[in-house]
Amino acid sequence: MDAVLAVRARGITKCFGDVVALDGVDLDVTQGQIHGLVGPNGAGKTTLLGLLLGLAVADAGTLEVLGVPVGRGLSAVDGVAGFVDGPGLYPSLTARQNLTALVSLRGRDARTAGIGEVLTEVGLRDVADDRVRGFSLGMRQRLGLAAALLTRPRLLVLDEPSNGLDPSGKRQVHRVLNRLAADGTSVVLSSHRMDDVEALCSEVTILATGRVVFSGPLAKLAAENRELEYRLLTSDPAAARRLAAEAEDVRVVEDGGTRHGDEVLVVRASVPALDRLVSQVVRSQIAVRELAPVVSPLEAAFLALTEQQEAGR
Amino acid sequence: MTATLAAERVAPARPVSVPRAYRFELVKLVSQWRIRLLVLACWIVPALFVAGVSVQSTLPSDTLFGRWMHATGWAGPLVVLGFAGTWALPLLTSVVAGDVFAAEDRLGTWRHLLVVVRSARRIFVAKTLASLTVILLLMAGLAVSGAVGGLLAVGNQPLAGLDGHLLAPSDAAVKVLLAWVAVLAPTLALAGIGLLGSVTLGRSPMGLLLPAVVALAMQLAQMLPLPLVVRLALPGYAFIAWNGLFTDPGQVGPLLIGVAVSLAWALTATVLAYVLFLRRDFTDLGYDGSGRRAVTAGLLPLAGLLAVSAAVIAPATGVSGSGIEQDKVQRSLATAFAHLYRMQTEQLHRPAVTEAQLRATAACDKGSDRVAAQGPGNDWRCVVSWHLPGVEATGTAVYQLDVTSDGRFVADGDGPKEVNGYFLVRTPEGDAPNPLWQFDGNVELLPTSKG
Repeated sequence: MDAVLAVRARGITKCFGDVVALDGVDLDVTQGQIHGLVGPNGAGKTTLLGLLLGLAVADAGTLEVLGVPVGRGLSAVDGVAGFVDGPGLYPSLTARQNLTALVSLRGRDARTAGIGEVLTEVGLRDVADDRVRGFSLGMRQRLGLAAALLTRPRLLVLDEPSNGLDPSGKRQVHRVLNRLAADGTSVVLSSHRMDDVEALCSEVTILATGRVVFSGPLAKLAAENRELEYRLLTSDPAAARRLAAEAEDVRVVEDGGTRHGDEVLVVRASVPALDRLVSQVVRSQIAVRELAPVVSPLEAAFLALTEQQEAGR
Repeated sequence: MTATLAAERVAPARPVSVPRAYRFELVKLVSQWRIRLLVLACWIVPALFVAGVSVQSTLPSDTLFGRWMHATGWAGPLVVLGFAGTWALPLLTSVVAGDVFAAEDRLGTWRHLLVVVRSARRIFVAKTLASLTVILLLMAGLAVSGAVGGLLAVGNQPLAGLDGHLLAPSDAAVKVLLAWVAVLAPTLALAGIGLLGSVTLGRSPMGLLLPAVVALAMQLAQMLPLPLVVRLALPGYAFIAWNGLFTDPGQVGPLLIGVAVSLAWALTATVLAYVLFLRRDFTDLGYDGSGRRAVTAGLLPLAGLLAVSAAVIAPATGVSGSGIEQDKVQRSLATAFAHLYRMQTEQLHRPAVTEAQLRATAACDKGSDRVAAQGPGNDWRCVVSWHLPGVEATGTAVYQLDVTSDGRFVADGDGPKEVNGYFLVRTPEGDAPNPLWQFDGNVELLPTSKG
């Protein structure tokens, strides 16, 4: 079955003077998918998001957004909403006035545009009539998301949407984005928080120095990354350590206890080798109380791939 | 296998219409507390000032028409206009037009605005129109408030023009309105410069201050002994040229030139701002204005406009030097004296006399014999002569004149005491201000008409 693409970019190149911000970037975002864009600072994430929003024009390559070829002039495609570098809000207006102004700009009736509903959805109903001047970063992020929701987007482009969010705010934003994706809206978001990307995104594109170093499902990324460090908490740490030391393709990280406590064993292994070790530990009547990667597979892959890219320059 | 979304289901988004974008910009502007405060101040403070000063014993006689604030309510809006042209309007345009683009840089909202409006051109037009609307609202407040304050405190009395002739209240109202409309042109020029500064200099405070700095520089230039043609080519000349409306016949030549030059500056500065705005890369996060661009694409074209204006004005008007010449000063002084003499005659209940019967003339000299009797200065000394019907003797009165480079002069009576040597005259109703003691006048600077 065909996957319907909301974004199709091929060979996108964008330069700012002598600086190559994007260098032959390909990107596919499927309809109804939340697609993560990660990379170190200066990798070109914001530039790429800006192209999707119609804020800039690529120097080379082709870009189709919601099936519409993006031309050489600055223009956004209908159905695209979002923000880069934080949401654009006017501090002298209240949250409701910001949204009302936005709705009026679009020529819609503010009374029937659903302003109250989106404010409730992002958890800002109680501060709807407060001036944005007094809002925290997290509240601004949520209001920015509310503004984007008002336009009923089919492609939502968000730059660091989790910045400044507390756990409750983060949960609200995740809920909204998952609901949008379930309704068929495509979401492209950039983030430095790997836990967010892992929790939200089905696919991810890693950029480093303007180039794509990985693009695909998160599971594939984890599989491609051969060895990771894992925390292993058992009922008999000494016995577990002995088994790990004897196991094939498993390496005990000696300073793991220093970092995580004496009870915790830290091993470095691929997924198959780790599976064998866990089986052996369980067969030895040792209870496994906790098993988790020290760093997430995405973060590990991110670090490995971007460091490789940096080293190759 | 993948497929892109069918193109027929979506289309390139249509930009937001200019009226909607304009309304959005207006909402943003008037939601700022400083704009609200300015609107309030412009609609209230002049009325309080004019009403307050009009009932005081001391009048701001160094300001044009200030010495008439006791006599008519129409002097109030003109005093406010003089002050506004010097300080208020440059500062107001700075705060409004000088900040309208820079505010988006400060708030980091450019990208949001572009995504929403989807047309940099329409954003520029909407912002320009919105800032002009607010500037007009502020200007209207200054004018209306000054007039209302004067009329309520003093009343709807005739106004003495700059050549001493009396303007009926209705004529005075029309002239006051025309003067404020004329000043709209240099205000637009400053607004254009403000837009240019706001676009090119971004968050830099210099962008915000540019109209005020330019206005200050123009005022300094007007004080320097520059040739008249250069002063006429400056965009702020109409801030003082409205004086010519208050003579009979009106000295409208300098005013029309000043208005035309101001509008040319307004148009040029706005077009430059527009071109620079459309060329701006809004994805550049580090953009904080460009001093180099401000010089090459802003300052140099405007300097070129100044040179072109001067080059056009010089042959078109035939003006040379300062425009202040002996015969013009003499004509202006004699005309004003004759009009004011009639006023004094009326105060003293003497037999009525007309200007034609008075046949007033003036003989003026400047400095010593070795100095040519021309140009601005406070060393003009004049003797005015006049005749009364049935009296053989010729009356004479002495005046010291302080003539400024814009053609305005203050004539200070030096006697005889009964005519112009004392600030009061004794009338049957009691002591009254002597209209011949000190008065303002205006020398027409262009050679085409007689002052």
